[in-house]
Amino acid sequence: MNPANYLYLAALLFTIGAAGVLIRRNAIVVFMCVELMLNACNLAFVTFSRLHGNLDGQVIAFFTMVVAAAEVVVGLAIIVSIYRSRHSASVDDANLMKL
Amino acid sequence: MSFPILTVTAAVPAVGAVVTAAVPAARRSAARLTALAFSVATLVLALVTMARFDTGGARYQFTETHTWVKNFGLHYDLGVDGIGVVMVALTALLIPFVMLAGWHDADPLEDVNPNRRWRPTQGFFALILLVEAMVVLSFEATDVFLFYIFFEAMLIPMYFLIGGFGDRAHPGGEEEAARQRSYAAVKFLLYNLAGGLIMLAAVIALYAATAKQLGTGTFSLQEILDARAAGRLHLVTSTERWIFLGFFFAFAVKAPLWPLHTWLPNAMGESTAPVAVLITAVVDKVGTFAMLRFCLQLFPEASKWATPVILVLAVISIIYGALLAVGQRDIKRLIAYASVSHFGFIILGIFAMTSQGQSGATLYMVNHGISTAALMLVAGFLISRRGSRLIADFGGVQKVAPVLAGTFLVGGLATLSLPGLAPFVSEFLVLVGTFSRYPVLGIIATLGIVLAALYVLVLYQRTMTGPVKAGVEGLSDLKARELLVVAPLIALLLFLGVYPKPVTDIVNPSVGHTLSDVHKTDPKPALEAKK
Amino acid sequence: MDTLIGLLVAAPLLGAGILLTGGRRLDRAGHLLGTLLALTSFVLAAVLFADMLGKDTGRRTLTSHLFTWVPVDGFQAQVGFQLDQLSMTFVLLITGVGTLIHIYSIGYMEHDERRRRFFGYLNLFLAAMLLLVLADNYFLLYAGWEGVGLASYLLIGFWQHKPSAATAAKKAFLVNRVGDIGLSVAIMLLFTTFGSFAFSDVFPKVGQASATQHATVTGIGFMLLLAACGKSAQVPLQSWLGDAMEGPTPVSALIHAATMVTAGVYLITRSGAIFNAAPDAQTAVVTVGAVTLIFGAIVGCAKDDIKKALAGSTMSQIGYMIMAAGLGPIGYVFAIMHLVTHGFFKAGLFLGAGSVMHGMNDEVDMRKFGGLRKYMPITFVTFGLGYLAIIGFPGLSGFFSKDKIIEAAFAKGGTEGWILGTCALIGAAITAFYMTRVMLMTFFGEERWKDGRTATASPDEPSAEPAAAHSAHGAPHPHESPSSMTIPMIILAFGSVFAGGLFSINSAFVKWLEPVTGHSEGDSPVSTGTVTAGTMVVLVLGVLVAWLMYGRRPVPAVAPKGSLLTRAARRDLLQDDFNHVVLVRGGEHLTRSLVYLDHSLVDGVVNGTAASVGGLSGRLRRLQNGYVRSYAVSMLGGTAVVVAATLLMRAV
Repeated sequence: MNPANYLYLAALLFTIGAAGVLIRRNAIVVFMCVELMLNACNLAFVTFSRLHGNLDGQVIAFFTMVVAAAEVVVGLAIIVSIYRSRHSASVDDANLMKL
Repeated sequence: MSFPILTVTAAVPAVGAVVTAAVPAARRSAARLTALAFSVATLVLALVTMARFDTGGARYQFTETHTWVKNFGLHYDLGVDGIGVVMVALTALLIPFVMLAGWHDADPLEDVNPNRRWRPTQGFFALILLVEAMVVLSFEATDVFLFYIFFEAMLIPMYFLIGGFGDRAHPGGEEEAARQRSYAAVKFLLYNLAGGLIMLAAVIALYAATAKQLGTGTFSLQEILDARAAGRLHLVTSTERWIFLGFFFAFAVKAPLWPLHTWLPNAMGESTAPVAVLITAVVDKVGTFAMLRFCLQLFPEASKWATPVILVLAVISIIYGALLAVGQRDIKRLIAYASVSHFGFIILGIFAMTSQGQSGATLYMVNHGISTAALMLVAGFLISRRGSRLIADFGGVQKVAPVLAGTFLVGGLATLSLPGLAPFVSEFLVLVGTFSRYPVLGIIATLGIVLAALYVLVLYQRTMTGPVKAGVEGLSDLKARELLVVAPLIALLLFLGVYPKPVTDIVNPSVGHTLSDVHKTDPKPALEAKK
Repeated sequence: MDTLIGLLVAAPLLGAGILLTGGRRLDRAGHLLGTLLALTSFVLAAVLFADMLGKDTGRRTLTSHLFTWVPVDGFQAQVGFQLDQLSMTFVLLITGVGTLIHIYSIGYMEHDERRRRFFGYLNLFLAAMLLLVLADNYFLLYAGWEGVGLASYLLIGFWQHKPSAATAAKKAFLVNRVGDIGLSVAIMLLFTTFGSFAFSDVFPKVGQASATQHATVTGIGFMLLLAACGKSAQVPLQSWLGDAMEGPTPVSALIHAATMVTAGVYLITRSGAIFNAAPDAQTAVVTVGAVTLIFGAIVGCAKDDIKKALAGSTMSQIGYMIMAAGLGPIGYVFAIMHLVTHGFFKAGLFLGAGSVMHGMNDEVDMRKFGGLRKYMPITFVTFGLGYLAIIGFPGLSGFFSKDKIIEAAFAKGGTEGWILGTCALIGAAITAFYMTRVMLMTFFGEERWKDGRTATASPDEPSAEPAAAHSAHGAPHPHESPSSMTIPMIILAFGSVFAGGLFSINSAFVKWLEPVTGHSEGDSPVSTGTVTAGTMVVLVLGVLVAWLMYGRRPVPAVAPKGSLLTRAARRDLLQDDFNHVVLVRGGEHLTRSLVYLDHSLVDGVVNGTAASVGGLSGRLRRLQNGYVRSYAVSMLGGTAVVVAATLLMRAV
């Protein structure tokens, strides 16, 4: 099977994820879309690893998974605490990062 | 390896700053005494360095060289020539007096703050020591980048000293005082950072230029000078001029030279008198000193190229500063503008490129430091007694506080360069040095002595003489601690006014070196006197 | 002997140091210490004088080198003294009159709580003045020059609580500083031309100057003249002297009559070698002298304040000296001779005036005096002798010295000689007039102080002495002053009478000074006899006119309006008004507008830059809205742009 197809799939997944981040309001969904983008990248890495015949891409994919896991922990904690204080999980209700 | 006395001289106040800052909140007097002890120790070290300086010896002495970051040509290079050793001694000399004068300046008005970690007194003295360490290192550094670091780093403690410990006597009330203070502090910081940033660009450009021609880039003054002497390094004229301008701009802001002076009156006006002394007598001297050490040595041709413009700006500074001083209504701003005028003299002397001019300028830095300290500190005592710094609020002080008035007059007379007091010697040397090469500028600068008499005597007349004004009746005369600040300074002014030889002997050979860097010799008199 | 020269200066300097830093402990004995040290100086001077007389004429100069003051390459300023006949003359005058005035001040300042400080300042003055005349180079002379200026400033403003005194002191210092520019520029010119400013290096070389350097030498001459004008109150820098009378009277006698104001004459005489080589500068000197001698005399005629009248007279007499000094070798000796005799009689006159004021509740307005000769006989006699001396009454000091100057002026020859001689004669006539006026208004006529209202000082001529303010009640009771005051007056009166005659026996003074200043007779178009006769005629004329105006008919207690000239002369011939309008007002406007410009323009540029940066960042801040999704869009957009740019670059 042509490895390029995996790359097309990765691009498709990434686009879906990016569109989700931009369009959806619910923080949980936005979060899941971010994960989708990360995994799209992982797929691309693994594909390239296969194409180039070395393990670099696969190693980086593992790194990404670890970072993603850590991110999930922090991100979910923030979302939960925002939900507790504001009773909403919509990203448009929170603009605390403004100067 | 010999004892690294230069590093130690700078390290003592730095350690002192840490120790002072660590003193518990309630033990304010312990903090004060600790800081004073460290500053006195620094003074002793500085005096030892000066005493052991061999006037007939090498140009730079007590040198220490350590490679810092090899790949970038960074060195920890210290060394002092005659000018540097004198400036270090001046700094170390003034700091104890600044501390004594500001003994209670930073004390909280009442002990209501429940926060036990709130300790302004400790902070004040620690910051002063920190400034001292930075200034001493910038006088000692012979690596351009090392110098740059300290040149910029001293802004930070100064910023907090100006903004955090302002003058409590403001005509516009407490809120206005706070507003003005933070304005002054920010202005000071931005002005000097802007100058520093341009200098940083110039420093990097210098590195790039050396890297291109020598193969490996370097910041070391000595390496650059050696390479140039050996003919391996020759900066392209336009490059040299641009880099020179970058350096000079930073120093001219710090000095300050007209028209870059406007931060000084704000900074000196809003800070307490000891901090104002720290600004004008210590920190600003780094600017004029660096012109002598870096501008002239690194860029002799560009210096000569820029001389006419710089001299004109210096003369404008002299006259303009003096005229502005006459028009001031605030004692401290008056002294600030007087300093602008005096810095004009110093820069004039440096760029007149004669031995009288440059020795005079170096001596001027020392004398201006002492005389302004005397005048400003007495003014500070006066202001804190009356709670106002407007000239119009005073009158007849002489009647109620004769000693204060007397010392104020001596400080004023030193500022107007009366013979017998130290500044006269240096001012006359600068004028003679300028006159022998540029007669017209010399004569215009001489007008400055009349204007100096005008602003000093008008200030004295309005504050000290005449009938006793309401609000002045109860003023007390100088206390013992205050007299301890003023009397040694006055004694020093008298001594250096009558016998400046100890200083000139150290300075003269270094000035000779600097002049030979720029390939200038004194003009010969038409009819040489036979000795 | 050499070391004594240093001690000469050191003694009063020590006194000043002790008295000014000693604090209240010395209040009781301070004045005695000051007087003792002044006397020490005088004794040392006398010893040196005796020593000098014992030597050959050619080898009388003593030098003493103490230490190097400022050594920078070619610029070598030494602290060294040179005592020759010229310096010796001054040293004796300064220490002699100085000691007498110290003694006088013990009585005069008895009730002043700051007497110790007064004596400290007097000692400081003596030290500085001695330094001035003993210095062996111009740089050290400059130090003394400014030192006397400082002492003068401190003493004029001694009663600092009076705004007028403080203003007068400041004015004196400032005007002197303008003159000081002259001296500093002269020193710089000397240094750049000759490589030195020591008398012994410069004077022998002046003659070798080439044509272009001649212009420089002339320039040096002009600059020295400017300096002399400031210190000696010569036109156009004369305006401070009248105001300086705000100081205590002993100060006026010592500093503003006998010694300090004559420093300009010393400077010009000392620099004789330079002036001899610069005829243009000499012309300027005589012009200044001639103008001032008339100017001062006219001012002296119109003043009702006894001290200001005497101040006008001082200006005029110094004008004579400056003129004589400008005549070159014909006049140097007579300039100094007149200086010495003037030192005696003018100090005597001032002390007499002080004594009168002391007895009259510190009143200074002569219109409120009159008929005092009965009440103060000693003052009257000593003042009278001084008066006769200054108008040049035959046989007294002023006669010999002033006559010689008038002769010398004629001896200059040519049109210049005639003009100068005529000026000098007119001056002599006016001198006789105003001094007779002072004499008549003070000691003769009706007793105008008796009618009660006189004790208060008139508002337009405020009293110089502050005591007038608190003793304004009741009519004054004129009385003779204590002996500490009258004895110095008597001694000075002796000097006024005999000094001139003594100096002229066998031309003693000419022979004494000739080795230093040189002397030539000149050739006069008129004989000595004619000049003397002329002087006598104008003298009688002046006295007669004064008697007709003030002796024959009663003097009004309130000054009449007077002619235009009188009114102008009362205002110092409008010099002050000119200064005020042009310099003071102009300066105020200049500084005020500069303060405004500094704030709005120079600082404005900086603040404007800061404000525009602030405005820009305010706009940029709106992009930062806090919504995560808008950040995400910009990130995505940014990435897209970067990728597109990369691809584009690769394609090209």
